[in-house]
Amino acid sequence: ALPSWEIEGMQQRENAKNPKQALQVRRSSLSAWQIGERTAGPKTADLKSAQKHEKGKQQSASDRAGNSTQDHLEQALTYFERGKSSDNFNEVLQKHLATVESIALQRGLSPEGLDVLLNVALSGHLVNTRILKCLIPASVIAESSVVSAVSWLCVGKCSGSTQLLFLRWLIAMFDFIDHKEKLHALYGFFFCSLQDEKLGMQPHLQALLSLYKLFCPELVSITLPAKMKTYFKNSESLWKAAINTIRRRNQGTSPTSQQLILGTGHPQSRKRKWNTQLILPACSTDANNPTRSKEINHADILSHSESFPVEQLHTFSQLLQNIHRLEFPSQMGSVLRNSLLLHYINCIKDESIYLRLYYWMGQTLQEECTWYKLDNQQYEEEFKDFLDIVYKTECFLQEGFSSCEEFLYKSLPLWDGFCCRSQILRLVSWIPLSSFSEMKPHLCEPLAQLFFTSSLYFKCSVLESLKELLQNWLNWHVMQLDVESDPKISPLNTTLSGLVNSVAELIHFVGWIATVALHLENNATFLLYFILDFYETHSCPSLVFICVRIQRALKSLPFVHSFRYRTNLVAAKENELIKKTILQFKFSSQTYQEYNQYIMAMVGCLWTSSAFQKDIHPQGIRLDPEVLKKTRVQEVRNSFNIVHHPALMGYAILFLQQAWPEDKTLNFNLIKGRRWNWYLEYLYVQGLQGLKLFIESSINRVSQVSQTKSGNVQV
Amino acid sequence: SSTENVDPQKIAFLLRKQWTLYSVTPMYKFSYGNLKEYSRLLSAFVAAEKQKGLAVEVGNDLGIKVTLSTLLGLKGTDQDQVAVLVQIASRSQLPFENAENKVVWSGWFCCISGDDLLESVPEDFTCLSLFLANGAESYTAIVGSWFQKTFDCYFSRLTISPLNLAWMAAMWTGCKVDSHMAATELVFSVPCIPQSLDISYAIHSEDAKALWDTVQKTPGEVTQEEVNLFMDCLYSHFHRHFKIHLSATRLVKVSTSIASAHCDGNIKVLD
Repeated sequence: ALPSWEIEGMQQRENAKNPKQALQVRRSSLSAWQIGERTAGPKTADLKSAQKHEKGKQQSASDRAGNSTQDHLEQALTYFERGKSSDNFNEVLQKHLATVESIALQRGLSPEGLDVLLNVALSGHLVNTRILKCLIPASVIAESSVVSAVSWLCVGKCSGSTQLLFLRWLIAMFDFIDHKEKLHALYGFFFCSLQDEKLGMQPHLQALLSLYKLFCPELVSITLPAKMKTYFKNSESLWKAAINTIRRRNQGTSPTSQQLILGTGHPQSRKRKWNTQLILPACSTDANNPTRSKEINHADILSHSESFPVEQLHTFSQLLQNIHRLEFPSQMGSVLRNSLLLHYINCIKDESIYLRLYYWMGQTLQEECTWYKLDNQQYEEEFKDFLDIVYKTECFLQEGFSSCEEFLYKSLPLWDGFCCRSQILRLVSWIPLSSFSEMKPHLCEPLAQLFFTSSLYFKCSVLESLKELLQNWLNWHVMQLDVESDPKISPLNTTLSGLVNSVAELIHFVGWIATVALHLENNATFLLYFILDFYETHSCPSLVFICVRIQRALKSLPFVHSFRYRTNLVAAKENELIKKTILQFKFSSQTYQEYNQYIMAMVGCLWTSSAFQKDIHPQGIRLDPEVLKKTRVQEVRNSFNIVHHPALMGYAILFLQQAWPEDKTLNFNLIKGRRWNWYLEYLYVQGLQGLKLFIESSINRVSQVSQTKSGNVQV
Repeated sequence: SSTENVDPQKIAFLLRKQWTLYSVTPMYKFSYGNLKEYSRLLSAFVAAEKQKGLAVEVGNDLGIKVTLSTLLGLKGTDQDQVAVLVQIASRSQLPFENAENKVVWSGWFCCISGDDLLESVPEDFTCLSLFLANGAESYTAIVGSWFQKTFDCYFSRLTISPLNLAWMAAMWTGCKVDSHMAATELVFSVPCIPQSLDISYAIHSEDAKALWDTVQKTPGEVTQEEVNLFMDCLYSHFHRHFKIHLSATRLVKVSTSIASAHCDGNIKVLD
């Protein structure tokens, strides 16, 4: 992949200054360095990262208490700044060097420290290689340090190999330099140095220039052999491991805006496999594959309409302009880090893209799963990051990956419910819609097992994730309705009835686990909240079960839940109405019967004060009188009508206070007859439109005055 | 075994070496016609990775030479893809014309009865799902990385389950071997603290073969029941003498006069 600096140089390049100007010998003032903010003390050594060279030093550094490490660093930097001694074997020198190295590897160096060390390294100091190798920034690199370092190159005090190492370091650290305007002006110097005998026309520089010439032919005047194919050894590997570890440590969770660099490559750690794919491959073109490049070159020898290389893709407008000739990256996995390419694969219907992504993702998930293979346990953080990326991509594309689904089915039975919990549960919410009977053994059973034996928090997380799953299915189906359905691809499960079946079964499943969970958790209100949340998403007749539960929890039902319950009720009614307008449904008569029974039960609760009476439905709420007696609740039959219902009682109180302000005792029995209607109007005015809808559609009032009779809506 | 022309020299070269197994996802846009080109590119890549850090131009004298070639005669069925052999040879330092290049690393891809596992992959994909490597791990890493980058495939270490090892034990025991037969050896691992315990169970090949012959009903066919029975007989024999239930341990290695296999994914074919 092309380093980012080349692209920036192309965009921002000013006129190349006369190289001679750049060769002014400058010496920046070294006395100006200060340690920036005092760090809070050494972070505890991360025992997980096995990628350090000097483990021993690392541990000893962490042993020291807070400020003393800082003092050591200050001493070391002072020593280097003064740096008169050229004795390589000076003990003091070695000690300071070791300090600097250990701190650099542990948490990086401040910009000022880097400044000092850069100058030291390039001014002919004998240990410059070691110093260059430990120049890891903690935050940023000051541009001035780099400029002064380059000026040292001009003086020529350091050897050719040091200069080369500096250049490698510069390329690896380019993104950390805070400003780059002055640096861009120095490109003339870099090109000039090519003619220097020391650096010479080395093949790697030639190759780099030939790449540069691809992008900006007018700026590179040197003649280069055409069509040179070169391979570069991965030069950042020296520092890459350390950068990643320190960045992760210093910044906690990496912000989403940062580049998604995960983990580290193999060169640093012998234990890490070479084929680990937690490192998202870089987006580089397929030109590596000669089969592909032959195909590409064939067309464009003469014409200028070559394919647009993927490295140059940075903006959305570029994507739109070049969409017809965009090259795919050589490793499809790299699209996960590139939102523009994700847009692209979203619209292109090419099976090979999906297959490549499918193979790669499937293998990566399986190989890197931390509970499949015990070796992977130490890389749990990286695996978590990877799962996060997969999830974000699914959210972006608004659909789930089938390789991810397969991974979940394979790994959920073995999952402990703890490792990468939030990531896994979020991925569950993107499982594509399919026949529920297929999903049941793979998803529902292991999830249920974990659900029943886990903490309250886990239960709530699962409910939330199942709610999201339901939502995603519904959303996806709505989108499918918009798109012209391709007669080729319309398996049974994408039809409306397939959706309804799966949805119904999922809701049934959730109802079951929620009921048991309430039992286990003793009606914990936190759990209740999540259950109500689920039903709010797509409420259904299973609402009725809540009546039962709530009745048992009658003693300790806070107002909030009552309110939610009321909202659910309202939403239930609305949804049913909406559903009925979609006449494509072929509801069986059994469904209608159930629906009627639910309506009757609800009306019985709310209106006719005959809760828990006649109800033969298996999910109904008829309860034996003995059971009702046990609850020791007076007036059970009233307990859910619109006056006494916990959710609505507050309104009743307010109503009573408004109607009889002098009466301090709240006598709910006053609300009957004519006043019942007033109360109803009052409720409507308070904004309970859903209630109004329900009552007006379900209840057929015989007379306006007193008697009310419940009836069913005609179906 | 197919009816293709078999190159006996090449096949013989595969014997008596320890091979580490990998499974490979289908390769994208791999072309048998470009093997020479791949050789050149891979040579440069290997040289670049092995050298100290300078770039390497394709085509120059590199000190190592990588060759890709096809291996005929190693197909399971006719639909399988032709096997591909990759070899890294180091250029001899001697200036003699006929100085041979010494092979330092070999690896080969083959397809194992792909028709039932991978249904129809599109034309652009080549299914060579098994990779066997012999030589330094660093070379395996380099070659594997190149294939992964160039053909968008994925290598993963293949482990052999005890069940499959038992199958191998049974099948290899049943094969006729003319030359001197080494003992058949099974190694079992028992998880213990602090270190796991390995039990090695060696049987005379003739005895093992005799046992297998009584178990196997149809020559040329092997069923799961027969394998189970074979192993159970061996287990009960062991138990009679040592009072240890081998069935509760984990079979990790099988070694016969024909071939040996380890659960970590290493196999060696002797004949």
